[in-house]
Amino acid sequence: MSEAYDVAAIRADFPILSRRVNGRPLVYLDNGASAQKPEVVIEAMNRTYRQGYANVHRGLHTLSTEATEAYEGVRGKLARFLGADEEEIVFTTGSTEGINLVSYAWAAPRLQPGDEIVLSVMEHHANIVPWHFLRERQGVVLKWVECDQNGDLDPQAMIAAIGPRTRLVAVTHMSNVTGTVVDVAAIVRGAHAQGVPVLVDGSQAAVHMPVDVKALGADFYAVTGHKLYGPSGSGCIYIRRERMEEMRPFLGGGDMIREVTRDAVTWNDPPMKFEAGTPGIVQQIGLGVAIDYMMGIGMERIAAHELALRDYARERLRGLNWLNVQGDSATKGAIFSFTMQGAAHAHDISTILDKKGIAVRAGTHCAMPLMSHLGVGATCRASFAMYNTLDEVDALVEALEFARELFG
Amino acid sequence: MATEAFEDIADTFAFLDDWEDRYRHVIELGKAMAPLEEAFKVPALKVQGCASQVWLRPMVSEGRFDFQGESDALIVRGLIAILHALYSGLTLAEVLAVDAQAELARLGLTDHLSAQRSNGVRAMVQRIRETASA
Repeated sequence: MSEAYDVAAIRADFPILSRRVNGRPLVYLDNGASAQKPEVVIEAMNRTYRQGYANVHRGLHTLSTEATEAYEGVRGKLARFLGADEEEIVFTTGSTEGINLVSYAWAAPRLQPGDEIVLSVMEHHANIVPWHFLRERQGVVLKWVECDQNGDLDPQAMIAAIGPRTRLVAVTHMSNVTGTVVDVAAIVRGAHAQGVPVLVDGSQAAVHMPVDVKALGADFYAVTGHKLYGPSGSGCIYIRRERMEEMRPFLGGGDMIREVTRDAVTWNDPPMKFEAGTPGIVQQIGLGVAIDYMMGIGMERIAAHELALRDYARERLRGLNWLNVQGDSATKGAIFSFTMQGAAHAHDISTILDKKGIAVRAGTHCAMPLMSHLGVGATCRASFAMYNTLDEVDALVEALEFARELFG
Repeated sequence: MATEAFEDIADTFAFLDDWEDRYRHVIELGKAMAPLEEAFKVPALKVQGCASQVWLRPMVSEGRFDFQGESDALIVRGLIAILHALYSGLTLAEVLAVDAQAELARLGLTDHLSAQRSNGVRAMVQRIRETASA
Protein backbone atom coordinates (compact mmCIF):
# COMPACT_ATOMS: atom_id res chain seq x y z
CA MET A 1 0.00 0.00 0.00
CA SER A 2 1.68 3.20 -1.17
CA GLU A 3 -0.16 5.69 1.00
CA ALA A 4 -2.25 5.29 4.14
CA TYR A 5 -5.95 4.65 3.72
CA ASP A 6 -7.55 7.91 4.81
CA VAL A 7 -10.95 6.82 6.04
CA ALA A 8 -11.72 10.29 7.41
CA ALA A 9 -11.24 11.80 3.95
CA ILE A 10 -13.42 9.10 2.41
CA ARG A 11 -16.14 9.72 4.99
CA ALA A 12 -16.05 13.41 4.14
CA ASP A 13 -16.96 12.47 0.56
CA PHE A 14 -20.29 11.00 1.69
CA PRO A 15 -22.66 13.80 2.77
CA ILE A 16 -25.14 11.52 4.54
CA LEU A 17 -22.49 10.22 6.95
CA SER A 18 -22.46 13.54 8.74
CA ARG A 19 -26.11 13.40 9.68
CA ARG A 20 -27.42 12.42 13.09
CA VAL A 21 -30.06 9.82 13.83
CA ASN A 22 -32.03 9.95 17.06
CA GLY A 23 -29.66 12.58 18.35
CA ARG A 24 -26.52 10.53 17.71
CA PRO A 25 -23.99 10.37 14.90
CA LEU A 26 -25.18 7.95 12.24
CA VAL A 27 -23.35 4.62 12.26
CA TYR A 28 -24.39 3.09 8.96
CA LEU A 29 -23.90 -0.67 9.01
CA ASP A 30 -26.57 -1.68 6.50
CA ASN A 31 -24.29 -1.57 3.49
CA GLY A 32 -25.18 -5.12 2.54
CA ALA A 33 -28.67 -3.82 1.77
CA SER A 34 -27.54 -0.65 0.04
CA ALA A 35 -24.50 1.61 0.26
CA GLN A 36 -24.45 5.39 0.64
CA LYS A 37 -23.41 7.66 -2.24
CA PRO A 38 -20.40 9.96 -2.46
CA GLU A 39 -20.89 13.60 -3.34
CA VAL A 40 -19.35 13.07 -6.79
CA VAL A 41 -22.12 10.62 -7.71
CA ILE A 42 -24.89 12.87 -6.45
CA GLU A 43 -23.31 15.83 -8.21
CA ALA A 44 -22.85 13.95 -11.50
CA MET A 45 -26.53 13.02 -11.56
CA ASN A 46 -27.50 16.56 -10.67
CA ARG A 47 -25.23 17.98 -13.36
CA THR A 48 -26.56 15.57 -15.97
CA TYR A 49 -30.14 16.64 -15.35
CA ARG A 50 -29.15 20.30 -15.25
CA GLN A 51 -26.81 20.41 -18.23
CA GLY A 52 -26.46 17.25 -20.24
CA TYR A 53 -29.74 15.37 -20.28
CA ALA A 54 -31.50 13.89 -23.29
CA ASN A 55 -32.46 10.42 -24.44
CA VAL A 56 -29.63 8.17 -25.59
CA HIS A 57 -28.95 6.33 -28.88
CA ARG A 58 -31.59 8.39 -30.68
CA GLY A 59 -31.07 12.03 -31.39
CA LEU A 60 -28.37 13.67 -33.44
CA HIS A 61 -28.56 16.86 -31.43
CA THR A 62 -25.84 17.96 -29.06
CA LEU A 63 -27.54 16.99 -25.80
CA SER A 64 -28.40 13.52 -27.04
CA THR A 65 -24.86 12.99 -28.28
CA GLU A 66 -23.42 14.12 -24.96
CA ALA A 67 -25.81 11.96 -22.96
CA THR A 68 -25.09 8.95 -25.18
CA GLU A 69 -21.34 9.41 -24.80
CA ALA A 70 -21.61 9.70 -21.03
CA TYR A 71 -23.97 6.74 -20.79
CA GLU A 72 -22.07 4.44 -23.13
CA GLY A 73 -18.83 5.41 -21.43
CA VAL A 74 -20.12 3.65 -18.34
CA ARG A 75 -20.16 0.34 -20.21
CA GLY A 76 -16.40 0.65 -20.63
CA LYS A 77 -15.91 1.56 -16.98
CA LEU A 78 -17.93 -1.47 -15.87
CA ALA A 79 -15.99 -3.66 -18.29
CA ARG A 80 -12.68 -2.50 -16.81
CA PHE A 81 -14.08 -2.84 -13.28
CA LEU A 82 -15.00 -6.49 -13.91
CA GLY A 83 -12.20 -7.43 -16.30
CA ALA A 84 -14.61 -7.92 -19.19
CA ASP A 85 -14.96 -6.64 -22.75
CA GLU A 86 -17.40 -3.78 -23.30
CA GLU A 87 -19.60 -5.86 -25.60
CA GLU A 88 -20.12 -8.34 -22.79
CA ILE A 89 -21.68 -5.81 -20.42
CA VAL A 90 -25.48 -5.57 -20.44
CA PHE A 91 -26.92 -2.67 -18.48
CA THR A 92 -29.57 -3.66 -15.97
CA THR A 93 -31.45 -2.10 -13.10
CA GLY A 94 -29.55 -4.38 -10.73
CA SER A 95 -28.70 -8.01 -10.07
CA THR A 96 -32.34 -9.04 -9.87
CA GLU A 97 -32.99 -7.91 -13.42
CA GLY A 98 -29.68 -9.38 -14.57
CA ILE A 99 -30.47 -12.84 -13.22
CA ASN A 100 -34.04 -12.71 -14.49
CA LEU A 101 -32.63 -11.78 -17.90
CA VAL A 102 -30.55 -14.96 -17.91
CA SER A 103 -33.51 -17.00 -16.70
CA TYR A 104 -35.85 -15.73 -19.43
CA ALA A 105 -33.49 -15.16 -22.32
CA TRP A 106 -30.93 -17.93 -21.91
CA ALA A 107 -32.33 -20.67 -19.67
CA ALA A 108 -36.07 -20.73 -20.43
CA PRO A 109 -35.77 -21.53 -24.15
CA ARG A 110 -33.02 -24.13 -23.58
CA LEU A 111 -34.07 -26.11 -20.52
CA GLN A 112 -36.37 -29.11 -20.86
CA PRO A 113 -38.48 -30.77 -18.16
CA GLY A 114 -36.14 -32.73 -15.91
CA ASP A 115 -33.13 -30.55 -16.70
CA GLU A 116 -31.37 -29.37 -13.57
CA ILE A 117 -30.00 -26.16 -12.13
CA VAL A 118 -27.49 -26.64 -9.32
CA LEU A 119 -27.53 -23.86 -6.75
CA SER A 120 -26.24 -23.32 -3.24
CA VAL A 121 -28.41 -22.91 -0.19
CA MET A 122 -26.60 -19.61 0.45
CA GLU A 123 -28.26 -17.80 -2.45
CA HIS A 124 -30.16 -14.55 -2.13
CA HIS A 125 -33.78 -14.82 -3.29
CA ALA A 126 -32.76 -12.94 -6.47
CA ASN A 127 -30.71 -16.00 -7.41
CA ILE A 128 -33.44 -18.45 -6.38
CA VAL A 129 -36.84 -17.18 -7.46
CA PRO A 130 -36.00 -16.75 -11.19
CA TRP A 131 -35.07 -20.47 -11.18
CA HIS A 132 -38.24 -21.36 -9.28
CA PHE A 133 -40.13 -19.80 -12.21
CA LEU A 134 -38.50 -22.38 -14.48
CA ARG A 135 -39.31 -25.15 -12.00
CA GLU A 136 -42.98 -24.08 -11.86
CA ARG A 137 -43.42 -23.32 -15.55
CA GLN A 138 -41.38 -25.94 -17.30
CA GLY A 139 -40.45 -28.68 -14.87
CA VAL A 140 -36.83 -27.71 -14.29
CA VAL A 141 -35.36 -29.40 -11.21
CA LEU A 142 -33.50 -27.35 -8.60
CA LYS A 143 -30.62 -29.23 -7.00
CA TRP A 144 -29.54 -27.64 -3.73
CA VAL A 145 -26.06 -27.84 -2.28
CA GLU A 146 -25.65 -27.05 1.40
CA CYS A 147 -22.94 -25.10 3.16
CA ASP A 148 -21.70 -26.27 6.55
CA GLN A 149 -22.64 -24.63 9.85
CA ASN A 150 -19.51 -22.47 9.63
CA GLY A 151 -20.93 -20.98 6.44
CA ASP A 152 -18.35 -22.63 4.18
CA LEU A 153 -19.43 -23.95 0.81
CA ASP A 154 -17.26 -26.78 -0.51
CA PRO A 155 -16.67 -26.20 -4.24
CA GLN A 156 -16.35 -29.97 -4.68
CA ALA A 157 -19.87 -30.44 -3.31
CA MET A 158 -21.18 -28.03 -5.96
CA ILE A 159 -19.25 -29.86 -8.67
CA ALA A 160 -20.35 -33.27 -7.39
CA ALA A 161 -23.99 -32.17 -7.63
CA ILE A 162 -23.61 -31.67 -11.38
CA GLY A 163 -25.19 -34.52 -13.30
CA PRO A 164 -25.85 -35.34 -16.94
CA ARG A 165 -29.05 -33.26 -16.88
CA THR A 166 -27.47 -30.20 -15.24
CA ARG A 167 -27.65 -27.18 -17.53
CA LEU A 168 -26.54 -24.39 -15.20
CA VAL A 169 -24.81 -23.75 -11.89
CA ALA A 170 -26.00 -20.63 -10.03
CA VAL A 171 -23.91 -19.50 -7.08
CA THR A 172 -23.14 -16.43 -5.06
CA HIS A 173 -19.62 -15.03 -4.90
CA MET A 174 -20.20 -13.74 -1.37
CA SER A 175 -23.01 -14.55 1.04
CA ASN A 176 -25.07 -11.56 2.07
CA VAL A 177 -25.79 -13.27 5.40
CA THR A 178 -22.51 -14.80 6.59
CA GLY A 179 -20.07 -12.87 4.41
CA THR A 180 -18.52 -16.14 3.19
CA VAL A 181 -16.55 -15.71 -0.03
CA VAL A 182 -17.13 -18.71 -2.28
CA ASP A 183 -14.33 -20.25 -4.35
CA VAL A 184 -16.14 -19.50 -7.58
CA ALA A 185 -13.10 -20.17 -9.78
CA ALA A 186 -12.93 -23.77 -8.55
CA ILE A 187 -16.65 -24.27 -9.12
CA VAL A 188 -16.37 -22.84 -12.63
CA ARG A 189 -13.43 -25.14 -13.48
CA GLY A 190 -15.36 -28.18 -12.31
CA ALA A 191 -18.56 -27.14 -14.07
CA HIS A 192 -16.87 -26.23 -17.34
CA ALA A 193 -15.07 -29.58 -17.33
CA GLN A 194 -18.56 -31.05 -17.61
CA GLY A 195 -19.74 -28.48 -20.12
CA VAL A 196 -22.01 -26.63 -17.68
CA PRO A 197 -22.10 -22.80 -17.61
CA VAL A 198 -21.97 -20.91 -14.30
CA LEU A 199 -23.92 -17.84 -13.23
CA VAL A 200 -22.35 -15.90 -10.38
CA ASP A 201 -24.26 -13.44 -8.20
CA GLY A 202 -21.63 -10.79 -7.55
CA SER A 203 -23.95 -8.36 -5.78
CA GLN A 204 -21.93 -8.40 -2.55
CA ALA A 205 -18.49 -9.51 -3.74
CA ALA A 206 -17.90 -6.79 -6.32
CA VAL A 207 -18.28 -4.15 -3.61
CA HIS A 208 -15.60 -5.55 -1.38
CA MET A 209 -12.80 -7.01 -3.52
CA PRO A 210 -11.24 -6.80 -6.96
CA VAL A 211 -13.21 -8.99 -9.38
CA ASP A 212 -11.93 -10.38 -12.67
CA VAL A 213 -14.66 -12.30 -14.43
CA LYS A 214 -12.21 -13.74 -16.96
CA ALA A 215 -9.97 -15.09 -14.22
CA LEU A 216 -13.03 -16.54 -12.49
CA GLY A 217 -14.20 -17.96 -15.79
CA ALA A 218 -17.85 -17.15 -15.06
CA ASP A 219 -20.39 -17.20 -17.89
CA PHE A 220 -22.67 -14.69 -16.19
CA TYR A 221 -21.70 -12.27 -13.42
CA ALA A 222 -24.41 -9.97 -12.03
CA VAL A 223 -23.73 -6.78 -10.07
CA THR A 224 -25.97 -4.06 -8.74
CA GLY A 225 -25.11 -0.36 -8.71
CA HIS A 226 -26.80 0.67 -5.49
CA LYS A 227 -24.46 -1.51 -3.45
CA LEU A 228 -21.47 -0.16 -5.40
CA TYR A 229 -22.00 3.35 -3.99
CA GLY A 230 -24.03 4.17 -7.11
CA PRO A 231 -27.69 5.05 -7.66
CA SER A 232 -30.53 2.62 -7.12
CA GLY A 233 -31.82 1.29 -10.42
CA SER A 234 -28.34 0.96 -11.94
CA GLY A 235 -26.24 -2.10 -12.57
CA CYS A 236 -25.07 -4.60 -15.14
CA ILE A 237 -24.51 -8.21 -15.90
CA TYR A 238 -21.42 -9.59 -17.58
CA ILE A 239 -22.35 -12.23 -20.13
CA ARG A 240 -19.65 -14.23 -21.87
CA ARG A 241 -19.85 -13.73 -25.64
CA GLU A 242 -20.71 -17.37 -26.43
CA ARG A 243 -23.61 -17.30 -23.99
CA MET A 244 -24.88 -14.01 -25.42
CA GLU A 245 -25.05 -15.58 -28.86
CA GLU A 246 -27.27 -18.32 -27.41
CA MET A 247 -29.76 -15.84 -25.95
CA ARG A 248 -33.08 -14.70 -27.27
CA PRO A 249 -34.16 -11.13 -26.48
CA PHE A 250 -35.67 -10.36 -23.09
CA LEU A 251 -37.94 -7.31 -23.05
CA GLY A 252 -39.18 -6.03 -26.40
CA GLY A 253 -39.26 -2.38 -27.35
CA GLY A 254 -37.15 0.42 -28.68
CA ASP A 255 -33.35 0.29 -28.83
CA MET A 256 -33.17 -3.52 -28.89
CA ILE A 257 -34.27 -3.77 -32.53
CA ARG A 258 -32.64 -3.09 -35.87
CA GLU A 259 -35.75 -3.09 -38.02
CA VAL A 260 -39.44 -3.46 -37.37
CA THR A 261 -42.08 -4.04 -40.03
CA ARG A 262 -45.68 -5.14 -39.80
CA ASP A 263 -44.65 -8.75 -40.27
CA ALA A 264 -41.17 -9.05 -38.85
CA VAL A 265 -38.54 -7.70 -36.55
CA THR A 266 -34.78 -8.04 -36.50
CA TRP A 267 -32.70 -7.58 -33.37
CA ASN A 268 -29.97 -5.15 -32.60
CA ASP A 269 -26.56 -6.64 -31.85
CA PRO A 270 -25.76 -7.64 -28.28
CA PRO A 271 -25.53 -6.14 -25.74
CA MET A 272 -28.23 -3.71 -26.97
CA LYS A 273 -30.37 -6.66 -28.01
CA PHE A 274 -31.06 -7.06 -24.27
CA GLU A 275 -31.66 -3.39 -23.45
CA ALA A 276 -35.19 -2.42 -24.47
CA GLY A 277 -36.65 1.02 -23.98
CA THR A 278 -35.21 4.16 -22.51
CA PRO A 279 -32.74 2.97 -19.87
CA GLY A 280 -31.80 4.47 -16.52
CA ILE A 281 -29.60 7.01 -18.23
CA VAL A 282 -28.77 9.19 -15.27
CA GLN A 283 -28.54 6.23 -12.88
CA GLN A 284 -25.94 4.51 -15.05
CA ILE A 285 -24.00 7.76 -15.46
CA GLY A 286 -24.02 8.01 -11.67
CA LEU A 287 -22.82 4.42 -11.42
CA GLY A 288 -19.94 5.19 -13.75
CA VAL A 289 -18.80 7.93 -11.40
CA ALA A 290 -19.15 5.56 -8.42
CA ILE A 291 -16.97 3.00 -10.23
CA ASP A 292 -14.38 5.71 -10.94
CA TYR A 293 -14.52 6.67 -7.27
CA MET A 294 -13.94 3.10 -6.07
CA MET A 295 -11.19 2.44 -8.60
CA GLY A 296 -9.61 5.77 -7.73
CA ILE A 297 -9.22 4.58 -4.16
CA GLY A 298 -8.31 1.11 -5.38
CA MET A 299 -10.21 -2.12 -4.82
CA GLU A 300 -7.17 -3.74 -3.17
CA ARG A 301 -6.98 -0.91 -0.66
CA ILE A 302 -10.72 -0.99 0.00
CA ALA A 303 -10.49 -4.75 0.52
CA ALA A 304 -7.57 -4.36 2.93
CA HIS A 305 -9.41 -1.71 4.96
CA GLU A 306 -12.52 -3.87 5.17
CA LEU A 307 -10.52 -6.93 6.20
CA ALA A 308 -9.09 -4.89 9.07
CA LEU A 309 -12.68 -3.97 10.02
CA ARG A 310 -13.64 -7.63 9.75
CA ASP A 311 -10.79 -8.77 11.98
CA TYR A 312 -11.54 -6.18 14.62
CA ALA A 313 -15.31 -6.77 14.54
CA ARG A 314 -14.81 -10.53 14.67
CA GLU A 315 -12.60 -10.19 17.74
CA ARG A 316 -14.92 -7.76 19.52
CA LEU A 317 -18.09 -9.73 18.77
CA ARG A 318 -16.40 -12.95 19.93
CA GLY A 319 -15.97 -11.22 23.27
CA LEU A 320 -19.76 -11.08 23.68
CA ASN A 321 -20.46 -14.61 24.90
CA TRP A 322 -24.22 -14.08 24.69
CA LEU A 323 -24.09 -13.23 20.98
CA ASN A 324 -24.44 -15.97 18.34
CA VAL A 325 -22.78 -14.96 15.08
CA GLN A 326 -23.88 -17.05 12.09
CA GLY A 327 -20.91 -18.54 10.26
CA ASP A 328 -17.25 -17.79 10.77
CA SER A 329 -15.63 -18.78 7.51
CA ALA A 330 -11.93 -17.98 7.17
CA THR A 331 -12.86 -16.41 3.83
CA LYS A 332 -15.57 -14.14 5.17
CA GLY A 333 -15.81 -10.42 4.58
CA ALA A 334 -17.08 -7.77 6.98
CA ILE A 335 -20.67 -9.00 7.20
CA PHE A 336 -21.93 -10.30 10.55
CA SER A 337 -25.36 -11.82 11.16
CA PHE A 338 -26.21 -12.48 14.75
CA THR A 339 -28.83 -13.21 17.35
CA MET A 340 -28.75 -12.62 21.06
CA GLN A 341 -29.23 -15.40 23.57
CA GLY A 342 -32.42 -14.94 25.54
CA ALA A 343 -35.79 -13.64 24.43
CA ALA A 344 -34.72 -10.59 22.41
CA HIS A 345 -35.83 -10.76 18.79
CA ALA A 346 -33.70 -9.39 15.95
CA HIS A 347 -36.26 -6.59 15.58
CA ASP A 348 -35.94 -5.71 19.25
CA ILE A 349 -32.19 -5.45 18.88
CA SER A 350 -32.33 -3.37 15.70
CA THR A 351 -34.88 -1.04 17.30
CA ILE A 352 -32.52 -0.35 20.19
CA LEU A 353 -29.50 0.00 17.87
CA ASP A 354 -31.50 2.50 15.83
CA LYS A 355 -32.17 4.53 18.96
CA LYS A 356 -28.38 4.61 19.35
CA GLY A 357 -28.00 5.88 15.77
CA ILE A 358 -26.83 2.53 14.41
CA ALA A 359 -28.46 1.20 11.24
CA VAL A 360 -28.45 -2.58 10.81
CA ARG A 361 -30.73 -4.91 8.93
CA ALA A 362 -33.05 -7.23 10.83
CA GLY A 363 -34.93 -10.09 9.25
CA THR A 364 -34.22 -13.03 7.00
CA HIS A 365 -32.09 -11.06 4.52
CA CYS A 366 -33.85 -12.38 1.40
CA ALA A 367 -32.15 -15.71 2.09
CA MET A 368 -34.81 -17.88 3.70
CA PRO A 369 -33.36 -21.25 2.57
CA LEU A 370 -30.02 -20.37 4.20
CA MET A 371 -31.66 -19.15 7.41
CA SER A 372 -33.66 -22.35 7.64
CA HIS A 373 -30.52 -24.43 6.91
CA LEU A 374 -28.66 -22.61 9.70
CA GLY A 375 -31.65 -23.15 11.98
CA VAL A 376 -32.28 -19.48 12.74
CA GLY A 377 -35.28 -17.21 12.24
CA ALA A 378 -34.65 -13.50 11.96
CA THR A 379 -31.16 -12.18 12.63
CA CYS A 380 -29.55 -8.77 12.81
CA ARG A 381 -26.90 -8.07 10.23
CA ALA A 382 -24.11 -5.53 10.50
CA SER A 383 -22.45 -5.09 7.11
CA PHE A 384 -19.47 -2.81 6.68
CA ALA A 385 -18.24 -0.69 3.79
CA MET A 386 -15.21 1.32 2.73
CA TYR A 387 -16.18 4.29 4.92
CA ASN A 388 -16.73 2.44 8.20
CA THR A 389 -14.28 2.76 11.06
CA LEU A 390 -12.97 0.76 13.99
CA ASP A 391 -14.72 3.27 16.25
CA GLU A 392 -18.00 2.26 14.66
CA VAL A 393 -17.29 -1.36 15.57
CA ASP A 394 -16.89 -0.16 19.16
CA ALA A 395 -20.16 1.79 18.93
CA LEU A 396 -21.91 -1.36 17.72
CA VAL A 397 -20.50 -3.45 20.57
CA GLU A 398 -21.42 -0.81 23.13
CA ALA A 399 -25.00 -0.61 21.81
CA LEU A 400 -25.29 -4.40 21.81
CA GLU A 401 -24.16 -4.48 25.43
CA PHE A 402 -26.81 -1.92 26.25
CA ALA A 403 -29.47 -3.97 24.44
CA ARG A 404 -28.36 -7.08 26.29
CA GLU A 405 -28.78 -5.30 29.60
CA LEU A 406 -32.17 -3.87 28.54
CA PHE A 407 -33.67 -7.15 27.37
CA GLY A 408 -32.12 -9.24 30.12
CA MET B 1 -60.00 9.80 29.79
CA ALA B 2 -59.04 6.32 28.73
CA THR B 3 -59.41 3.11 30.74
CA GLU B 4 -58.10 3.01 34.28
CA ALA B 5 -55.49 0.46 33.25
CA PHE B 6 -54.22 2.75 30.53
CA GLU B 7 -54.21 5.79 32.81
CA ASP B 8 -52.05 3.82 35.25
CA ILE B 9 -49.57 3.15 32.46
CA ALA B 10 -49.68 6.80 31.39
CA ASP B 11 -48.98 7.88 34.98
CA THR B 12 -45.90 5.68 35.08
CA PHE B 13 -44.64 6.93 31.73
CA ALA B 14 -45.03 10.52 32.93
CA PHE B 15 -42.15 9.83 35.32
CA LEU B 16 -39.89 8.31 32.66
CA ASP B 17 -37.77 11.02 31.08
CA ASP B 18 -35.52 9.24 28.65
CA TRP B 19 -36.25 6.71 25.95
CA GLU B 20 -34.13 4.07 27.66
CA ASP B 21 -36.47 4.00 30.65
CA ARG B 22 -39.60 4.12 28.50
CA TYR B 23 -38.39 1.14 26.49
CA ARG B 24 -37.43 -0.67 29.68
CA HIS B 25 -40.97 -0.21 30.94
CA VAL B 26 -42.52 -1.30 27.63
CA ILE B 27 -40.46 -4.49 27.81
CA GLU B 28 -41.51 -5.08 31.43
CA LEU B 29 -45.18 -4.69 30.52
CA GLY B 30 -44.71 -7.26 27.77
CA LYS B 31 -43.01 -9.71 30.07
CA ALA B 32 -45.82 -9.33 32.62
CA MET B 33 -48.52 -10.06 30.05
CA ALA B 34 -50.03 -13.56 30.06
CA PRO B 35 -48.82 -15.50 27.03
CA LEU B 36 -51.20 -16.51 24.28
CA GLU B 37 -51.86 -20.25 24.33
CA GLU B 38 -50.03 -22.08 21.57
CA ALA B 39 -53.35 -23.38 20.23
CA PHE B 40 -54.30 -19.83 19.23
CA LYS B 41 -51.11 -19.14 17.28
CA VAL B 42 -52.84 -19.95 14.01
CA PRO B 43 -52.68 -18.17 10.65
CA ALA B 44 -56.20 -16.72 11.03
CA LEU B 45 -55.12 -14.86 14.17
CA LYS B 46 -51.78 -13.73 12.79
CA VAL B 47 -51.53 -10.01 12.08
CA GLN B 48 -49.97 -9.29 8.70
CA GLY B 49 -47.78 -6.26 8.18
CA CYS B 50 -45.55 -6.90 11.17
CA ALA B 51 -41.86 -7.56 10.84
CA SER B 52 -42.00 -9.95 13.78
CA GLN B 53 -44.70 -12.53 14.34
CA VAL B 54 -47.82 -11.11 15.97
CA TRP B 55 -51.01 -12.90 16.94
CA LEU B 56 -54.15 -11.23 18.12
CA ARG B 57 -57.22 -13.08 19.41
CA PRO B 58 -60.17 -10.71 19.76
CA MET B 59 -62.98 -11.67 22.10
CA VAL B 60 -66.36 -9.99 22.47
CA SER B 61 -68.49 -10.90 25.43
CA GLU B 62 -71.77 -9.17 26.41
CA GLY B 63 -70.93 -6.24 24.19
CA ARG B 64 -67.50 -5.72 25.75
CA PHE B 65 -64.26 -6.01 23.82
CA ASP B 66 -61.20 -7.91 24.98
CA PHE B 67 -58.28 -9.60 23.30
CA GLN B 68 -55.23 -11.71 23.88
CA GLY B 69 -52.08 -11.15 21.92
CA GLU B 70 -48.50 -12.16 21.60
CA SER B 71 -45.36 -11.49 19.63
CA ASP B 72 -41.95 -13.10 19.46
CA ALA B 73 -40.38 -9.65 19.82
CA LEU B 74 -40.17 -8.18 23.32
CA ILE B 75 -40.85 -4.55 22.38
CA VAL B 76 -43.87 -5.53 20.29
CA ARG B 77 -45.12 -7.71 23.17
CA GLY B 78 -44.96 -4.66 25.39
CA LEU B 79 -46.85 -2.60 22.84
CA ILE B 80 -49.52 -5.31 22.75
CA ALA B 81 -49.79 -5.08 26.53
CA ILE B 82 -50.29 -1.32 26.22
CA LEU B 83 -52.96 -1.79 23.53
CA HIS B 84 -54.62 -4.32 25.81
CA ALA B 85 -54.81 -1.74 28.57
CA LEU B 86 -56.13 0.77 26.05
CA TYR B 87 -58.95 -1.37 24.65
CA SER B 88 -59.82 -4.13 27.10
CA GLY B 89 -63.28 -3.87 28.64
CA LEU B 90 -64.56 -1.13 26.32
CA THR B 91 -67.86 -1.36 24.49
CA LEU B 92 -67.55 -1.79 20.73
CA ALA B 93 -68.59 1.82 20.21
CA GLU B 94 -65.93 2.96 22.67
CA VAL B 95 -63.29 0.87 20.89
CA LEU B 96 -64.03 2.71 17.65
CA ALA B 97 -63.89 6.06 19.45
CA VAL B 98 -60.33 5.49 20.74
CA ASP B 99 -57.67 7.59 19.04
CA ALA B 100 -54.78 5.16 19.46
CA GLN B 101 -52.26 7.52 17.93
CA ALA B 102 -53.08 10.29 20.36
CA GLU B 103 -53.10 7.93 23.35
CA LEU B 104 -49.73 6.39 22.50
CA ALA B 105 -48.36 9.88 21.93
CA ARG B 106 -49.10 10.56 25.60
CA LEU B 107 -46.63 7.79 26.43
CA GLY B 108 -43.94 9.23 24.18
CA LEU B 109 -44.23 6.27 21.83
CA THR B 110 -45.43 8.03 18.69
CA ASP B 111 -42.50 6.75 16.66
CA HIS B 112 -44.10 3.32 16.81
CA LEU B 113 -47.15 4.41 14.89
CA SER B 114 -45.75 5.81 11.68
CA ALA B 115 -46.91 3.94 8.62
CA GLN B 116 -43.37 2.93 7.71
CA ARG B 117 -42.67 1.27 11.04
CA SER B 118 -43.11 -2.41 10.50
CA ASN B 119 -43.53 -3.33 14.15
CA GLY B 120 -47.20 -3.78 13.43
CA VAL B 121 -48.88 -1.46 15.92
CA ARG B 122 -50.91 0.10 13.13
CA ALA B 123 -51.88 -3.31 11.80
CA MET B 124 -52.93 -4.41 15.29
CA VAL B 125 -55.04 -1.30 15.85
CA GLN B 126 -56.59 -1.91 12.44
CA ARG B 127 -57.44 -5.50 13.38
CA ILE B 128 -58.97 -4.38 16.66
CA ARG B 129 -61.10 -1.77 14.91
CA GLU B 130 -62.22 -4.26 12.26
CA THR B 131 -63.37 -6.64 14.97
CA ALA B 132 -65.28 -3.89 16.76
CA SER B 133 -67.03 -2.74 13.60
CA ALA B 134 -67.86 -6.25 12.31
